[in-house]
Parts: sequence; C-alpha cells; structure tokens
Amino acid sequence: MMPDATTSIDATTADGYLLVLAIVLPVVGILLSLALGGKFIERITLALLLVGLCVAIAIFSAVLRSDQLLVYIVGDWQPPLGIALRADGISAAMVLTIAVIVLAIGLFARSEFGQQNGKTVTRSSYAFWTLLLGIWSGLNAVALGDDLFNLYVALELLTFAAVPLVCVKGYEETIKAALRYMLFALIGSILYLLGSALIYGTYGTLDIALLADRVRPEPAAWTAAALMTVGLLAKTALFPLHLWLPPAHAGAPAPGSAVLSALVVKGSFILIVRIWFDAMPGLLTFTAAQLLGALGAGAILFGSVLALRQARLKLLVAYSTIAQIGYLFFIFPLAAGDSGNELGASIAWTGGWLQLFSHAFAKTAMFLAAGLMAEALGHDRIAELGGIGRALPITVIAFGLAGLSLMGVPPSGGFVAKWMLLSATVIEGQWWWAAVMLIGGLLAGGYVFMVLGKALGKNSALTLRAPISRNREILVLAVALCAVFLGLVPLQPSDFLAIGRPEMQMTALQ
Amino acid sequence: MNSAALFGYCGAVLVGLGLYGLITRPEVLRKILAFNVLGSGVFLLFGVFARRGAAAGLGADPVPQALVITGIVVAFSATALVVALLVRLNKETGQVIITSDDPEESGKQGVLP
Repeated sequence: MMPDATTSIDATTADGYLLVLAIVLPVVGILLSLALGGKFIERITLALLLVGLCVAIAIFSAVLRSDQLLVYIVGDWQPPLGIALRADGISAAMVLTIAVIVLAIGLFARSEFGQQNGKTVTRSSYAFWTLLLGIWSGLNAVALGDDLFNLYVALELLTFAAVPLVCVKGYEETIKAALRYMLFALIGSILYLLGSALIYGTYGTLDIALLADRVRPEPAAWTAAALMTVGLLAKTALFPLHLWLPPAHAGAPAPGSAVLSALVVKGSFILIVRIWFDAMPGLLTFTAAQLLGALGAGAILFGSVLALRQARLKLLVAYSTIAQIGYLFFIFPLAAGDSGNELGASIAWTGGWLQLFSHAFAKTAMFLAAGLMAEALGHDRIAELGGIGRALPITVIAFGLAGLSLMGVPPSGGFVAKWMLLSATVIEGQWWWAAVMLIGGLLAGGYVFMVLGKALGKNSALTLRAPISRNREILVLAVALCAVFLGLVPLQPSDFLAIGRPEMQMTALQ
Repeated sequence: MNSAALFGYCGAVLVGLGLYGLITRPEVLRKILAFNVLGSGVFLLFGVFARRGAAAGLGADPVPQALVITGIVVAFSATALVVALLVRLNKETGQVIITSDDPEESGKQGVLP
C-alpha cells in the first residue's frame, strides 16, 4: 500500500537521533557490563544515567524550541511498513521525568547495591543495576514508541526487568510476589497482543498516527480496544486488577519499590491513553470513558481505605499507589471532550498528566524515605515509628512533603493536578468525580498524618540499628522538593503537553 | 469455509482454551502451559491475517510473519522467566502453587472482560 497523505509528515527530524540514543544508551550499559564482567557495572550505570539525563534534557528542549514533534524513522522505512519513534510534548516530559527519577534512585541505591573498591560484585547488586538499566530503556521505548507492536515489545522489556527486581533479594515472600506479578503481567501482555492482532487484521497497520485516520467504530475495533485495555489495566494495577501490586511493591528493596511504583505502572497507563486518545479517538464514547473513570474512582476509595488499615509503612505506601493511579483515569471521562467543551477537556488533560508526573516524584520520595526509616529502625511497623522524627528529621520532612502532594495540599504538584481535575469536573458538569476526589484527598490526609503523627511522637528509648548518611537524606528531600516545585506550574492548560496534538486546542484559563 | 477461516476458528478456540486454563488452574506450571496455548492461538491469528494479506493486497503479507517471530521470542522469554521463578519457589517452599492470604483467584477472574 502506498503511504497516504498523512504519512508525508514522517521524515526524521534534525534531532531525531536523540530518540534512538535515549533507548539505546541503557542497553549499551548492559552489554558493556556483560563484556567487562560486571565489575564496573555500578560506575557504568551511574555514568550512563548522567549522560541519559543530558539526552533527556536535549529532547525536552528540542521539542520546546521547535514546538513540533521529534520524529525518527527507523532504517528510513516509512510506516506502515517501518517503525517510527515520535516524541510529542508528553513523551519529552516523560523521558525527562524518567531520567531524573532513575538517576536519583541510582544514587540512592549506591549504599545498598554499590561495591567497595576491589571487592567482587555480589549477585543481587549485579542484578539490580542490570534491571535498573533494563527498566530505564523499556520506559523510554514506551514513551517514544509509535507502533502498537513496537510498544508491545517495549512493555515486555519493561515487565521482564521489573518482575525480577521485586525478588532481587531472593526472600521467599518476594518470590511469591514476583510470580504473582508475572502471572498478571502475562495475561495482560497476551490480551494486548491479541488486540493488536485484531487491529492489524482489520486496518493493516499498527502505526498509531495512521490508525487515527483508519479506525472506525465497529465490532472489530471495539473488541480490540477492550482486549488491549483490559490487558494494560492488569499491568497498571487499576482496581480491581491491583491484587499483585501491594506485595510486589512493598517486598522489593526500597530503590526497587520506588522505580516500580513511580514509573513502571505508568508505562502501561501511557499506552492506554495512546490507544484511546491517539489511535482510536472516535471510539472513546461517553459510556467507555465513564467506565474507566468509575474504575479509577473505585481505586481511589478502595486503595485509600486499605492504606489507612495497614500496619506496615511500605504496604501503606503501596496501597496509596493504587489510590493515586485512580486519579489518572479521570483523564478519560474529563478530557474526552464529548461535551463539546474545549476548555474543560484541555484543563483535564494537563491536570491528568501533571498528576502522573507529580505522583512519580512524590512516590519516589515516599518509598525512599520509608526505606531509610526501615533501614534505621530495622523494621517498618508504623506503630513503632516513635522518635524517628527526631533521629531522621530530613527524611520525615521529605515524607511529609511527598504526602502533601498525594493529598493535594498547596503548594505541591499534586495540588495543581487535582485542582485542575476538579475544575474540569465543574466545567464539564461531572460533579460525581469531584466528590470522589475530595473524599480521596481526605483519606490520603488520614494515612499521611497517621504516619507523621507516629513518627513525630516521643520515644527516648529509640536506638538506631544503622546510621543513615546525611547525603541520602538530602537526596530524598530533593526528590520530594521536585514534587513540590511542580506546584509552581501556572494553573492553566499547558501548551507544551499539547505539542504534537493538533486536535487539542489549548485555551488559556483566563 | 476456506482455509483462512478454518485456521481463524482454530486460533479462536486455542485462545479460549488457553484463557480458561490460565484463569482456572491454580498450579503455576499449568498456567504457563495455558499461556503458551493462548499464545499459539494468537500467533495463528497473525498467520491468518498474513494469509488474507489485509495490508498489502498480496498473496501473503510478510509483516504479521515478522511480528509472530518477535512474539514467539517474547513468549519464550516470558515462559523462561516464570519457570525460573517457579523453580526457585519450589526450592524454597516445596510448593507448586502460590499460596496466598489474599483472594488471588477472584482477582484473576476479574481479568475477563
């Protein structure tokens, strides 16, 4: 089939090679450490993380400057036969967020998985650094991919790196958690593949930009969309497919929990958004959007209530992830724009993405802070946290700042995100989501203050099991401050997040 | 019924069988086997779409065949990873199923659309 008119825009742009670099850099790290025998893996990883951050900044500024998509046509084969990598505003922001968070996690993990000079690398630390690189590459490929099958491979790369990270320490409980995670992920990936088979069979392409013009509301498209969505929901751990998440995220070592909770679950979420908003925009009817929103509402209520009932800190943070994922799904009913209200849709769009970015930073800070507290105390039982506020003040402050973002208290990224989503519910006249969001905010306040209340309590008999270096505390605080600084984003639809989305006219909130 | 339709129905039956096994069987090894049956069904469907040449109008479309090869590699890696985890679980606990204190099976059934 000849490429039709819409594909003529597909030419590799000047900075397109950056996209390849973002995906290939981590793979180079893995290969290098294999070739060099793993002795240098920590140093290679940290060096590549720095280079990767520069690449991410370059991609971000290139998209910002040109105000256009960054495109790379792999091997110069045009879609539908070839594969395109595209970076729009969202992808660029996502790649930057990924790079910053993975770098922070890498620096944090040095004391746990680092190696002293001259010593041979242990099996678990070799695995940790390799898996971290694998997750980083997979996430970048998910953010930049533009072909449904290519995205499938990226998602599998992400899953195969994420699952072993859960049981990198090899404890019995974590192996069970990893196995359960893997089985959910298997169902998810095969349903997604079945959906993309149906799409290819019906429309003859898997390129998202081409599909947008070809997909019509008909049974084949409906079936494919349903299969792919359910598969991806299992990987995103949206209620009621969340059962694997708490043991997996709470069982992993702290840096692993942080990357899993902050970034990995978002990978499959991005794909759901791409499918419904980019590949099949005509299919997102009122009922479908309301259904996804309702699952999100269920996740917020269920996750928050269960978080309140946890006795262990890491499990509490994991249940709070389930709740915060719920907010993301409000983007479907609110930004679908079938009410014909451009303003509400664009506010919801920005708010939803801001929620994703601010939750990524806040949850990283929270899991790392929880990890430091557990390391210092030798346990993470919430009831026995008393006195930790005096011993590790910076860590507890970081935990509290991250909590502000989860609750949606100003000034924080979470506040701006939730405020924009709330405004969108008012503009779109869908008040029922506003009620859920307010209850969710109160419940989040409940569980954050439950932890802070205990942590700030007095306990003169507290003895720390291990000293915590001040640098790691400051690192966690810095990540928490990133979540807060996202709150300085002006309260209006962001033009940047609309780059590459011509149909979404961003109207300023005057 | 032409051959493409016949293979299509076979693929659909395999998908159904695999999904049923994956959801209802508690033993991890059986789940893995069911996953592979399900995967074979999906690959067969790709083959059918290649035969129909939906995209190119040719006798056989090469793209789905390339996709199937990649899909097989992915399914193989997934199987290897689960088997490795299962072997480790069996070594640690002597179990072949994931005993759980939470209602895992009810969650699996929730996977059905």
